[in-house]
Amino acid sequence: MERVGLNDLKIRVLIQEFITGVGILVGLGVFFAFVIAIAYKRLRVFEDPRIDEVEEMLPHANCGACGQPGCRAFAEALVKGDVTPSKCTVSSAEGVERIANYLGVDAGAEEKRVARLLCAGGKNEAHNLADYRGGLRTCRGESVVTGGIKSCTWGCLGLGDCVEVCNFDALYMNEDGLPTVIADKCTACGDCVRICPKSLFEIMPLSQKLVVQCKSLLEGDLAESKCSVACTACGRCVADSLPGVIEIKNNLAVVNYDLNELTKPDAIRRCPTKAIVWIEGQQFADSVKSELPVGRVERYGNY
Amino acid sequence: MIFGKKHGLNERLLTFRHGVHPEEYKELSDHCAIERMPFVEMYTLPLSQHLGAPSKAIVRKGQEVRRGELIAEPASFVSVALHSPVDGTVVSVGLVDQPNGQMAPGIRIKTDPYSPQRMAETPIPDPESISVGEFLKAVQWAGIVGLGGAAFPAHVKFSIPKDKTCKYLMLNGCECEPFLTADHRVMLEYTRDLLDGTRILQHFVQAERIIIGVEANKADAVKALRQTAEEMHFAVEVIPLQVKYPQGAEKMMISAILGEEVPSGKLPIDLGALVTNVGTIAALSQYFRQGKPLIERVVTVTGTAVKRAANVLVPIGTPMREVVEYCGGLTSKTVRILLGGPMMGVSQKTLDVPVVKGTSGILLLTDREVQDLDTYNCIRCGRCVDACPIFLNPARMGAMAKSKLWDEMEALNVMDCFECASCSYVCPSAIPLVQSFRIGKSMIREKKAREAGK
Repeated sequence: MERVGLNDLKIRVLIQEFITGVGILVGLGVFFAFVIAIAYKRLRVFEDPRIDEVEEMLPHANCGACGQPGCRAFAEALVKGDVTPSKCTVSSAEGVERIANYLGVDAGAEEKRVARLLCAGGKNEAHNLADYRGGLRTCRGESVVTGGIKSCTWGCLGLGDCVEVCNFDALYMNEDGLPTVIADKCTACGDCVRICPKSLFEIMPLSQKLVVQCKSLLEGDLAESKCSVACTACGRCVADSLPGVIEIKNNLAVVNYDLNELTKPDAIRRCPTKAIVWIEGQQFADSVKSELPVGRVERYGNY
Repeated sequence: MIFGKKHGLNERLLTFRHGVHPEEYKELSDHCAIERMPFVEMYTLPLSQHLGAPSKAIVRKGQEVRRGELIAEPASFVSVALHSPVDGTVVSVGLVDQPNGQMAPGIRIKTDPYSPQRMAETPIPDPESISVGEFLKAVQWAGIVGLGGAAFPAHVKFSIPKDKTCKYLMLNGCECEPFLTADHRVMLEYTRDLLDGTRILQHFVQAERIIIGVEANKADAVKALRQTAEEMHFAVEVIPLQVKYPQGAEKMMISAILGEEVPSGKLPIDLGALVTNVGTIAALSQYFRQGKPLIERVVTVTGTAVKRAANVLVPIGTPMREVVEYCGGLTSKTVRILLGGPMMGVSQKTLDVPVVKGTSGILLLTDREVQDLDTYNCIRCGRCVDACPIFLNPARMGAMAKSKLWDEMEALNVMDCFECASCSYVCPSAIPLVQSFRIGKSMIREKKAREAGK
């Protein structure tokens, strides 16, 4: 039967083509496998496997609080021995201990630092000059319109840009309209410092307990007319502390933290406005009750 | 092609591409002749009324000053002098309220109520016989800044870099902001000062063409300028432009008249153009011919919330409350105070701020004009893209701003945005576009400053 013979031929050709195709592909695969194998041997960059391990142990927050661009860079620096594990403020104490044990280094003693708000003029303490009804209800949005509506130019606007930007839920607005830092959760990453249009946050070690919660550059009654807890530059705190610990600069009491060990709670005792405070733990109270109407608008004359 | 028949000008009107057409409301004050504001009790002069370094105060508390006397000198090249607007006594040199809401160093002067308020005699150089350097120094020490609104020191603008030439001297009389009529009145009433100042400046820059760009809704100013120029035998081209916002932005005026676009990051002088506001040039002539440094300016007080709209010649440093009081005070329904026009003007929280060199208008609006609209999502209609005069993509930038992606905004050229607010004006969803661009720009600038400081 001629037909069968023809089919045989066809099948044979097909098989041949199939084998050639597979052969070429396998050949190419083997060839490139060799190329890759040689490249792997020749061009290999040695990377310490510990970097991956350490990075795995870090919290992956990529917050930058350690001063490095991210967790990977911090892990590299750790393995190199440039920094101590405790520089990572997000890790728990056990986490730091684990990394230190793994790398066989000292965990280092890093003092816990937190963000402090240098303003205590909440809704009860400082009044507004107008009503802000802009489309952007953010501090940044308010501050580009005539510097915000608060009577005090330097004060906290209270719309919570810092709360929104915080990755660690370490901030919330208290009833007085001031952002309150939860010291346990704060990692001192500095996001709130950068977002605040009035630059009111400062990262401080917990041991710095004497804090001037005011940035107003005004003096005396004028400062107090804008906010009841403003620093009036009266100088009582300077007199009540050891020489050199507190100075009046630009109508503002400034604590010299180089002499932090010499600070004493006595300094705040005679402050007439309570602008200077001694902070143990949390900065502001949660619930603030006041007889004054909250968020009041006060104007001179009829308009 | 649009002809100016509607405005009584039988010629073609030039313009730029894109832009918006807000309601004008110029009829409230465009017929009001400039009136002089009486002297008030107290003047507040911030030391930083211009762009650049704040001036340096040279007076002490208790010192007596004459009207027109130097009270603060320029601190660097990009800085100007400041003069006392009245005869009086310096009450304090310290922090004062500024219209931008910040408190900054300034001088407060109490007026001498018995003084005749004559200008202090100071030697003024003859502009025809001094060198360019002397001219620029005279302009700087006369305290002259751009009166269009940005208050950029005039002498910096007038100093043309060595490798560039000024081919076109352009005067900006567009005044495209709704409500404002100060420049309109200056062109009508100070026509001779304006043309004389142009002649002084032309003596130093030697431009090929002198062009005055005026929006067609000020046809009377176009005619007055042409007629006076003819009388003075002074070859200037007065070019009427289409009534469109933001025609008065200098880059928009250049593209309308010269048909060329100022590239991103470049200045008009790179195209050989020097653009200044008409009021600045009138002040230039008033300094050289009458010996009056920049101690007063024309301010439009307008809006439906003020009893009597007016164009007032106000001494710099007058409290805004006094200016409003002079115009009859406010009606009870005032809800918004704006410095400048409704498009680019900044809301104020209080009237207890002084009129400064950059104040072109005080706009007082009632609750009838001000509506607080609810913001909705972007529906991608593209109206903002069609409105943006510099061909940015406001919708995309707005989305980036919402997600706080400042670097991405910078890649979309947000730094070129000059905040004309056309995008916010047309947005049917009332998205605060230009507001978020201002925030984005400030974030980008702060980041750059941080990186530079490292």
